[in-house]
Amino acid sequence: MAETTNAPGTIAEVSLENLVQRDDRRQPARGARQVVFDVKDLSVSYDGQPALKDVSLEIYRNYVTAFIGPSGCGKSTFIRCFNHLNALIPGAKIDGKILYHDQDLYGAEVDAVEVRKRIGMVFQKPNPFPKSIYDNVAFGPRVLGMTDNLDDRVEKALHQAALWDEVGHRLKKSALSLSGGQQQRLCIARCLAVEPEVILMDEPASALDPIATTRIEDLMHQLKEEYTIVVVTHNMQQAARVADMTAFFSIERGEEGERSGILVEYDSTDKIFTQPSDKRTEDYVTGRFG
Amino acid sequence: MPGALGGGGTRRSGYLSGLVFHGFLLFSLAIGIVTLGALLVTVFLEGWRFVDAVLLFEPPSADPAIAGAEPAILATIFLGVLLIVLTVPIGVGTAVYLEEYADRERWYNRWLEINIQNLAAVPSIVYGILGLAFLVRGLGLGRVLLAGALILTLLVLPTVIIAAREAIRAVPGSIREGAYALGATKWQVVWRQVLPGAAPGIATGSILALSRALGETAPLLLVGALTYVSFNPTLLGDFTALPVQIFQYITRPQEEFRGVAAGAIIVLLVILLMLNSVAIWVRNRYQRKW
Repeated sequence: MAETTNAPGTIAEVSLENLVQRDDRRQPARGARQVVFDVKDLSVSYDGQPALKDVSLEIYRNYVTAFIGPSGCGKSTFIRCFNHLNALIPGAKIDGKILYHDQDLYGAEVDAVEVRKRIGMVFQKPNPFPKSIYDNVAFGPRVLGMTDNLDDRVEKALHQAALWDEVGHRLKKSALSLSGGQQQRLCIARCLAVEPEVILMDEPASALDPIATTRIEDLMHQLKEEYTIVVVTHNMQQAARVADMTAFFSIERGEEGERSGILVEYDSTDKIFTQPSDKRTEDYVTGRFG
Repeated sequence: MPGALGGGGTRRSGYLSGLVFHGFLLFSLAIGIVTLGALLVTVFLEGWRFVDAVLLFEPPSADPAIAGAEPAILATIFLGVLLIVLTVPIGVGTAVYLEEYADRERWYNRWLEINIQNLAAVPSIVYGILGLAFLVRGLGLGRVLLAGALILTLLVLPTVIIAAREAIRAVPGSIREGAYALGATKWQVVWRQVLPGAAPGIATGSILALSRALGETAPLLLVGALTYVSFNPTLLGDFTALPVQIFQYITRPQEEFRGVAAGAIIVLLVILLMLNSVAIWVRNRYQRKW
């Protein structure tokens, strides 16, 4: 369990800086925004089949950034590049660069475990472990050796995920006894317990009912005070409600008919939904396509 | 149109074939149950009088009145313990390697898979010959209990591997991804999520394989299970086993020995039932719902 040690020059140095700055975090004014991820010409292919082509964009600290687009446009593939999750899929190949605080996320010396510790993820379908509520939240801290004051850490994470009032009295109960919406907030708490800087959310509300969805969206508004959030969503209204920045992805057919995802437009959410500069974005957000 | 609910001729024949199929299913079930029932009833009627202290605590004898099976019962229990100790770690280890670590693109991993599947179908007598040639003579182990345990291990290992692989495969990928996303290493994912999740399936498969092995006679005869052993077994000494002892009693000319054999069958059944109930207990204890 000694993954916490770092060679100099790895991402650990950056996070020290982050800890110092964490105190004065708040929604930065436009213009004063700080780049967390700088993506440059990123392409992903699975077994030689291109899934995503030449994406470049910047993701800013304490913003909610939404990726929208039709099914198969590569937005989920894209979000999974930020925490090395594509590396688990045999045959996945990633070209181009993602700079995380100016460090190459796919550099030779980067440890995937260190990356995932700073960049947490919440999945489409709630995936609580078949353990107690407590053990779910404590799993991350335990595998990372952050076991000092574990009880406090678990309680804090559950408070942050707005779940404490509902489960505080039954932490030893199975996580699988919770409702879908509660399970998803538990997954958010689980992710927060390791104190990441960024939270990736891959369609976090698509399996939930409207009320549970609203709670997740409220949570995203609160969490962006402290965290940087990247969210993939099918639901354009959701993007409009929660996101500061929105990236629209679409599918492009190559010369040989192969389909791959491309980034069409990336701008502030207001701009994307009210005066998009690309015809394809306009068609999509007005419901004429997709 | 009240007639519309009555259905036409084709619907009728649909019901008929449904009934025929239902009848066929009941018939298949009946064959299994009646055969098993008849066997059990015969054995119990003939043997229950002989299940007593003499059978349990006396060595075999040429006089049916004082003929017991203590050495065979003890040897079967020894074999069972050795089998669990040898088979479960090796079998689960192999299954974890094949499911979680092996690169299926590599020829040697595919070759390994095909071999294991084929080995599961090899008749037990062939394992007996292997044991005789390789363990007893080649390694010079001699006709001892350990040789018997080793050969039974080889016999059931493929079954245990296949069962453990199925159980590991049944752990959803979302659980693995969730654990990886929290910064767990591969080892932590396997040890803390995959194996606990697969434990019920592994336990059931292992115990069923063990039950089968303890009923085996042929390979044990080849590696030297003797038909007459009047002392309690040791790891590196001569041995017999319950199925061998039963076989030996049945071939005796005196009528009473058939009763003694039936009594020994009851003891073997009780041992196997106890093993199976352990499997059921483990399965319920670690039952998972995804």
